[in-house]
Amino acid sequence: MSIIIEDLNHVYMPNTPFESLALKDINWDIQDGEFWGLIGHTGSGKSTLIQHLNGLLKPSSGRIIIDGVDIHGKGVKMKNIRQKVGLVFQYPEHQLFEETVERDVAFGPRNMGLSEKEVTNRVKEALESVGMRYSQIKDKSPFELSGGQMRRVAIAGVLAMKPSVLILDEPTAGLDPRGRDEILDEIVQLRKQRKITVILVSHSMEDIAKLVDKLAVMHQGQMVRTGTPKEIFRDYKGLTQIGLGIPQITELMLKLRERGKNVPADILTVEEAKAELLNHIRRKGNA
Amino acid sequence: MAIIGPNGSGKSTLAKLFNGLYIPTQGEILMDGLNTKKQDDIWKIRQKAGMVFQNPDNQIVATIVEEDVAFGPENLGIPPEEIRRRVAEALAIVELSEFADRAPHLLSGGQKQRVAIAGIIAMRPECIILDEPTAMLDPVGRREVIDTVKKLNKKEGKTVVLITHFMDEAVQADRIVVMEKGRIIMQGCPREIFKKAEELKRVGLDVPQVTELAQDLMAEGIDIRPDVLTVEEMVDNLCRLL
Repeated sequence: MSIIIEDLNHVYMPNTPFESLALKDINWDIQDGEFWGLIGHTGSGKSTLIQHLNGLLKPSSGRIIIDGVDIHGKGVKMKNIRQKVGLVFQYPEHQLFEETVERDVAFGPRNMGLSEKEVTNRVKEALESVGMRYSQIKDKSPFELSGGQMRRVAIAGVLAMKPSVLILDEPTAGLDPRGRDEILDEIVQLRKQRKITVILVSHSMEDIAKLVDKLAVMHQGQMVRTGTPKEIFRDYKGLTQIGLGIPQITELMLKLRERGKNVPADILTVEEAKAELLNHIRRKGNA
Repeated sequence: MAIIGPNGSGKSTLAKLFNGLYIPTQGEILMDGLNTKKQDDIWKIRQKAGMVFQNPDNQIVATIVEEDVAFGPENLGIPPEEIRRRVAEALAIVELSEFADRAPHLLSGGQKQRVAIAGIIAMRPECIILDEPTAMLDPVGRREVIDTVKKLNKKEGKTVVLITHFMDEAVQADRIVVMEKGRIIMQGCPREIFKKAEELKRVGLDVPQVTELAQDLMAEGIDIRPDVLTVEEMVDNLCRLL
């Protein structure tokens, strides 16, 4: 499902002394099935922007067109939009509330008016796609689970509505390295299986570099850059100036270049760096 | 000192035992000869060891930065002039003096976390325990907090215990303790610890990307040290080879 944002502006508390322009002239074109990363420092407008994508916030001006439909147009039911665009907030485990895992994950699909059989199917499928065994976990209280498990249950709650677009706001914050890798891997699998569009908001440049096809950079309410990770992460200075970073491995390669070494500037992963450096070292050894 | 370990390995429990928020079921925790099991010692221990937690929003109690920093010393019954001096000093250390009369909720995450640290410093503890203080921050906020923590340790001479999931933060410690399933499974200086990438990965941890790269290259027969920790060191090592 495609999302097109045209000339979006958002003013917080308009006509008060606290009025401030939170988003300015955003244009963003998300094609069906793309995997986007969204980066920017705290307060740059990322969360405000993604809340527009499923109609939680209404633009002060500009349009949001999802699958060809202006979501604030006449006769558009917001409920339908929110089923298509699933939003997983930061620390989604804080939103768990039911007595059992099954009931919690079923909350969304049940409100969609699906049959009980279909609801159960979806709960099963959603829990399994976040790496949990339905039969083992369904009767547990969400509150007796570990932090990482709670987060998975919360994500399953959104997946159970079968959104065509999945937006995740820092899904790995506070998780240990393994928990982080597991969740990210599940997102990759999910994307393969369901061919959904994914937008990942993250402060981890390493994760972003490994995963996404395209990257959008927010700064002071504006979308200052879009491009592939290779294009974006070349600009170490520019990103640092706006409070961001680049993956450590990319930084390494750029610093080698500064020392006059002829290595590529657009290396994003340890594997790429290894292959590239081995090549260089061995060529030199043979010369 | 840094403590690393997977979620649920006991890091936070250990931290809470340090200043008597939890009491050991067995064994004893001694801080400067004070025992957390003794009721009489516990307040002295909490003055000696301050704690900073993950979420800055849960730690801020006042509506103005300097009042928030003053909250701890006020509760210690310190005279007002002394409190004022301590607050000014604490804010200077975390480099937020010009924010003294601001509202904490309008600060960035990194700034809020530094206010929380200032609140601890104002109680003049000898030791500061930080439980994932950067988990909720963006890269700049993380850097601000880690720089402040290092300053407390190197310049102010405070003992620092930093619990973290970020290996690039742990690298900067003098000593690292690795926990798994409630036990300490490794301890040593960062070089000794991160040399063992395989073992760390087995317990669900990670090593910095440059360390991983060095070890991968070594496995391919390249003459490089396996205990490289920072980008700068790796650049130096590679320049020798390229």
